[in-house]
Amino acid sequence: MIEFALSALIGLFFAVSIYLILSKAIIRMLLGITILGNGVNLLIFTLGRITREVPPIVPDGLLQPATTTANPLPQALILTAIVIGFALFTFLLVLGYRAYQELDADNTDNMRLAEPENAPRPPLSY
Amino acid sequence: MATTEETQAIMESLPPAMLEKATAAADWVIILPVAIALVCGALLLMLRNSRGTQAVFAALSVIAILVCEVDLFIRVLETGPQAMTMGNWLPPFGISFTVDMIGVLFAIGASFVTLVVIIYFQAEIVAREVRNGFYSLIMLLLAGVTGAFMTGDLFNLYVWFEVMLIASFGLLIIGGRKMQLDAAIKYGFLNFLATTFFLIGLGYLYGMLGTLNMADISLTAPNAPVGPITAVAALFLLAFGMKAAAFPVNAWLPASYHTPDPAISALFGGLLTKVGAYALLRTLLLLLPGSREVLDPVITGIAVFTLILAPLGALAQTNLRRAVGFLVIGGIGAVFAGLAVPSLRGVAGGTFYAFHSMLTMTALYLVAGLVERMTQATDTRFMGGVYQFNSPVSIMFILLVFAAAGLPPFLGFWPKLLIVEAGLGMQDWLIVSAVLINSLLTSIAGTRLWAHIFWRSGREGDEAEVFNDRLRPLTVIENRASLTAAVSLVAVIMVLGLWPNLIFESVRIAASDLLQPERYVSATGLEVTP
Repeated sequence: MIEFALSALIGLFFAVSIYLILSKAIIRMLLGITILGNGVNLLIFTLGRITREVPPIVPDGLLQPATTTANPLPQALILTAIVIGFALFTFLLVLGYRAYQELDADNTDNMRLAEPENAPRPPLSY
Repeated sequence: MATTEETQAIMESLPPAMLEKATAAADWVIILPVAIALVCGALLLMLRNSRGTQAVFAALSVIAILVCEVDLFIRVLETGPQAMTMGNWLPPFGISFTVDMIGVLFAIGASFVTLVVIIYFQAEIVAREVRNGFYSLIMLLLAGVTGAFMTGDLFNLYVWFEVMLIASFGLLIIGGRKMQLDAAIKYGFLNFLATTFFLIGLGYLYGMLGTLNMADISLTAPNAPVGPITAVAALFLLAFGMKAAAFPVNAWLPASYHTPDPAISALFGGLLTKVGAYALLRTLLLLLPGSREVLDPVITGIAVFTLILAPLGALAQTNLRRAVGFLVIGGIGAVFAGLAVPSLRGVAGGTFYAFHSMLTMTALYLVAGLVERMTQATDTRFMGGVYQFNSPVSIMFILLVFAAAGLPPFLGFWPKLLIVEAGLGMQDWLIVSAVLINSLLTSIAGTRLWAHIFWRSGREGDEAEVFNDRLRPLTVIENRASLTAAVSLVAVIMVLGLWPNLIFESVRIAASDLLQPERYVSATGLEVTP
């Protein structure tokens, strides 16, 4: 039954993160990205099937585990995803702060240096 | 305690889980390209204070990687896909590195392009950039790209995507101009989002199939329910389409590729979008071919829109490198077109086009960098008169435009020929006409750029006889490093265009291994079950 509760929670995480990513403020988008990352981690955890806390160790003298054990792989996947996600989040956070200092903008509407707003018309000759 | 007989019985009832033989010494070459790139990336960080050593060291290690990949290429050509599974645990337990033709072909293209860019960069060197780890980041980018091309495990692919992403972040903001910060924010957020979509798809796929090994997935996926597995394929299409900058999700590319140094633009134009294209070919053809059929209308739509809108975007730009960025996107449309007509010819055409685009787009950015240095402008309105000033550069530019547009006998013609033939064979008139219109529009956009930059004697609005007086000749080092690098890359493109037989043969093998995964699966040590 816990799967239903977790699914609802993941849905909530996704909804909140999409709402935040659609914002124009960099800091809100960053929060949205983080929440999305956590939602995905929960998703992988749930999809790895939730079982009783039986460690996946084959008892002495047997060739197979006696009962169904917990799946160790999702944890490895999630751990990797957490580390990578954290590193990228940190980078984007510093980048956002630098952009706030240099461009004086936390609003993506005001970040038009690379793509100027009143761009020159297409060349008319030839 | 189980008796000996019982143990024996249980042992025989279980499927084999481990390869009994140790990996042959020669097979370690499969992992070497990635290992060399990672180790050199770390060593270069230690050498960060000595400028000359770094360049030589980086160039030598890329050459070493290239040698390993050529060795792998020959082995794949002779005996089929090669695999090495970590710890010798059979899939789905161990992580495999599986090298087949498409992977090794793209990896060779990637390291060759990197070598050219390192040589080109010698003229652009600013001391600060080198100390900030330019060469380390290039090696890490190459490690990520090569790893993505060679891995046989889907989660491992995700990790290589992230390695590539973080290295490209670093390269994009090296220099720290305001424009680069702006570009890096857009590039960073959208690409991070794309890899997160990939991770969501990965999670669902694991939940359904219980495996992440590509060979294993290609065996188990046909038994999975069609609906959910197609949802996963759609997520992959969105994620890799975003990475490859296909039409509705391409906005980040023209917003960011023109902001760093031209050498870095060239590296990005050559490597990054092609990894997305590669991952699309791999997942939708090898892993989930059933879902590709369901998604076929979507793929056709993306291909047609990308093929037609990208060169129109290039026509509308006045910034030279932004215009080239739109031409990169047009090439991705051709790869999608190959994916939309998945016969042997079509897939071979898509693969060939991605390889061609790797070389040609890098060369176009390199030449654009030379033009920017001579004219000291980034905007084509303020360029002009370069043909009279430096004709080798103008000849290279027009040759590359022809290659990108796909005019015979240049390199871009052959993949488009394959795709059009495949489209005619499958009566897919939409794809055929889109590819042909793309060629026409690309040649219009490219030749118009050529006319503005090279043919016209002065700047926009000047009288016809007024010569552009702001041109600056290339310095000795620019001639020696940058021009030489660009000329050699263009020469390779020309030679491959005139003698494309080797590439034809390789992409034919690549396509047949993608469409019939038996050889790929048996290389990893798994049993092929009918």
